[in-house]
Formats: sequence, C-alpha cells, structure tokens
Amino acid sequence: MSAIRELYQQVILDHNKSPRNFHAIENATSKVEGFNPLCGDHYTVFVKMDGDVVADIGFTGSGCAISKASASVMSSIIKGKTGAEAGRIFENFHRLVRGELSPDQLGDGLSKLAAFAGVSEFPARVKCASLAWHTLQAALKGGASSVTTE
Amino acid sequence: MHTTTSNAEVDLMDRFIAIRGCRHHFPLLRQRVNGKPLVYFDNAATSQKPQVVIDALTRYYTEENSNIHRGVHYLSEQATRAYELVRRKVQHFVNARQVQEIIFVRGTTEGINLVAYSYGRSHVAKGDEVLISAMEHHSNIVPWQILCEEKGAKLRVIPIDDRGEIILDEYERLLTPRTKIVALVHVSNVLGSINPVRQMISMAHEHGIPVLLDGAQAVPHMPVDVEELDCDFYAFSSHKMFGPTGVGILYGREPLLDAMPPYQGGGDMIKSVTFEKTIYNDLPHKFEAGTPNIGGAMGLGAAVDYIGQIGLAGVVSFEHELLKYATARVEEIDGLHIIGNAKEKAAVLSFVIDGIHPHDVGTILDDEGIAVRTGHHCAQPVMQRFGIAATTRASFAFYNTKEEIDVFIGALKKVREVLG
Repeated sequence: MSAIRELYQQVILDHNKSPRNFHAIENATSKVEGFNPLCGDHYTVFVKMDGDVVADIGFTGSGCAISKASASVMSSIIKGKTGAEAGRIFENFHRLVRGELSPDQLGDGLSKLAAFAGVSEFPARVKCASLAWHTLQAALKGGASSVTTE
Repeated sequence: MHTTTSNAEVDLMDRFIAIRGCRHHFPLLRQRVNGKPLVYFDNAATSQKPQVVIDALTRYYTEENSNIHRGVHYLSEQATRAYELVRRKVQHFVNARQVQEIIFVRGTTEGINLVAYSYGRSHVAKGDEVLISAMEHHSNIVPWQILCEEKGAKLRVIPIDDRGEIILDEYERLLTPRTKIVALVHVSNVLGSINPVRQMISMAHEHGIPVLLDGAQAVPHMPVDVEELDCDFYAFSSHKMFGPTGVGILYGREPLLDAMPPYQGGGDMIKSVTFEKTIYNDLPHKFEAGTPNIGGAMGLGAAVDYIGQIGLAGVVSFEHELLKYATARVEEIDGLHIIGNAKEKAAVLSFVIDGIHPHDVGTILDDEGIAVRTGHHCAQPVMQRFGIAATTRASFAFYNTKEEIDVFIGALKKVREVLG
C-alpha cells in the first residue's frame, strides 16, 4: 500500500465522513478550544466528568480528515476512561504518530489507533492528528480555555 | 478557410517561446519530489530563484563582502557602490522620481510597519480612521490595528463582493475627513484580484488622503509604475520577485518620507550623535538603521536585471494564459469551487472542494510532486468573508507550463479517488 493510501485508510475516511460524538455537550464539566494556526483547524472538545471518569465526551469544529478522524476515534476510546488512563492513551497515540511506537505495540483496546500509524510518514500532519488530543488534555487538566499546536 | 495572423500575434507567440525557454534558468525546478518531477505552484508564497540571482549572492560573498557607507578601504567602497547601484535599479524598475525615495527594508511586512509606525504615529490621532480592504494579508491589517489601538483610532474595512472585487461605492462612502491613510493590497494573495488601485488612489487624493499599496503580489507579475499609479507608499519583497529572502523595498514620496520621524535608531541613520542630541541622516539612510542585508540587495539587483530581460509585459500575457487554462480545466473536478473570480485577476487559483479539506488536498498533491499552499494564507478575514476555513491555492509564475497544469488536474482527480 502506498504511503498516501496508508495515511487515508478506510477507518480514517469513515470517521471523517461520519464522526462519532460530533456534538456539543450541555452542562459539560470542561470545554476547551483547540487551534492549529498554521492550517486553520479548529475544534472544541467537551468533557463531562463523573468523579475521575470521563462520563461523556463530544467535539465540534472543522478541520482536515486526519484531525477530524483523530478527534472522532479519540472520543470513542476515551469515553468511560479515567483522566489518568486518557493521559496514558494519549502518550501511546503521540508516540505512534511520531513513529516511535509500532501499531502492534499498542495496548489492549487501543487497536483503533493503529489506523493513524501512517501519519508518521507525514511529519507536517502530526499536528493535525494530535490537535484534538492536546485539546482534551487541556480540558482534563482544567484551567486553559484554548490551546494551539504552535 | 484562410486565417491571417497579425504582427502583434506573431510577436506575442515569439515572446511566449522566449518565456518558455526561461524555465531552465531555475535550477531548483529540475528537482524530483516523492519520485515525481517537481511542479512548483506556490509562487505567491515565494518564487524560485534563477541562477543569475544565486550567482550574484555567491559573487558578493566571494569577492565583494564588506560593510557599506563606512569604510574608506577598497572593498567597502566597492560594496557601497554596488549597493547604491541596486537602489538605482529599483528606482528605475518602479519608475520612482528620485533615488532617495527607495528605502531598503526586510520585506513588504517591514515596509508597511515602517509606514504605520512612522507616518501613522505622527498623523493618526484619537477618533481618526485608517482604511483597509477586506482582502488584506495580515501584514496589512495587524500594523494598523496596533496603531489604532494605541491611538484610539478606528480601523475601517472596505467590503468586497462575492467575486472578490472591492465595492467602490462603499469605498467612496468610507473616505471621510477622519480617514488619515488608506492601505490597500494591489493584488490579493488569496483571490488574485487586481484592485483598481489607480482609480482608488485618485479617489483618496480628492479627499487629500495618502495611499499605501502592498505590492508583494503585483511586482513579480506586472509592470508597476509608482508615478503613474500616483501612490504615496508602495511596499514589496525581493523573494516573491525571484530575488533572495530578507530584503524588500519601501517606496515613499519624498516630501512624506522627509517629514516622517525615523522608524528605528542605530548606525547609518544618523549624521551625528551626542548624548544630548542626534541629528538624523538624510533620505534614504534615515530609515536604514544598522547594517542592511547587503548580499540580499545584490541578489535583488540581479533579479531586477533578470526581470528586465524577460519583460513583464510578456509575462502578464503568458501567466494570463496559464490562469485561463487552469481555470477551465479545474471545471473537470466535481464539487470544486473557485474562490475569487474578479474580472481583473492575477495567476492565482484558490479553491475549495466539497467535503474535502484543503490540507488533505495539499498532502495528496505533494505526494504527486506538486507544491501548493493550503490554509488561510495569512488572510483569515478573507476566509471569514467567504465562510470557509481554508483554501487550496495554486499560484503560477512564468516558468510554469500547461503540461504542469495537466499533472495538477490529474492529481486533483486522484484526491477524489483517495478521499472518496
């Protein structure tokens, strides 16, 4: 498979066309905007916490296929996880898209992330893939109302 | 059937043949990217450099390097003479009346900042207005915004229509006794619109308002004559006109420049300095504090000579043909919409494709060896005006070819194929 087909594989195209949890959440515990100033990608991530657990998560906004699919996959994986678990998953994802972790090294239940391994061949797109994740991190930590990838 | 070809048509064909022959002057264009021949369609971001410009840089640093305006030794005199010769070349290139009206700056952005800082701070007060258009690059928005914020002045914006043309009636309405300066883009970097600047300048002048033009996208693609335009300030960059980065020009009318306070303080901009008082140098040196980009200026001089040899009149027609061809061919792509359909348009093709983000288009084109710009092009208000987040932009130069446009169209079809 060519690098470009690897990048735009079916899972990513599917999540881009029909993103999961693509909506705002009323009474969210935390809501943070994420920008990629370089290309204009812009998302808002909403989380509703139940104690330390992410009871609900949603996002709105627009951006490229990679950023939107990444936000969508992230939302479906993170729902029901604790803040600490979310941090570990992000760490895995971040290493994966930078080519520091191979897809088969991903932990249990994280196989959906494997679709993003192709991003590592396109350094300019790593920021697209990680935008929603950075935004989620900020939402979980609280404090910031917006983050950028720059 | 019998057709006749006029002398003018034959002449134009000859020019086109000559222009096509210039591509090999640009060594970078021989590169392969991702295993494919490079198709460089990002000329509005920066142009490629002909060998003569590269050689001028090498020659300067190999044979002439020295600081200017201060040494009595041979090299310094040589470098000073060469540097001042470039100023003369630029003067003739834009047809300025006097050589001291040509100020070396780092680029268009610095030229605009110089005017906003120096002219703006001494002429704009609380309640005054600065007038710009809705299609400005951030570099012709932010310096004025900073000025207006500091002075309690107001930044007013001339609206544009759906084709990407300035609405002249609105412009007329916005010219008031409160307007202290009009700052306009000559050619839009996103929409390609060539604004009717001559008319707009004369409209402003009827109210006694000076006009600055951001000429970054105009100078490489059409003859610019500051005297004929009757503009008060004109800023442009070397790197978009086949010269090196880090050098640019601010043209300013002498009486205006003369009355303006310095922009930066330092060496070269002074006549004498004591701790009590500094006497500023004459034009143009008053605005050129510190050692300038001398090497860059040598490259700019070579670029001006090079453009002179090619002839911008032929370039205008040639690039217009490229734009016409590309505009017709992108029709083949389902769901593609061109952003910017001004009647007078430079060779810039911005577009969006339904359901596909420009960033994804850019990555797939890059995979085919094609360099385009994707994003907001440092003109976010233009994006907002058209209700989009970003565009893909192909911008052409005279060294591009119809064959490259064919490759580009093929790659756009692949975008649909890959992204569904």
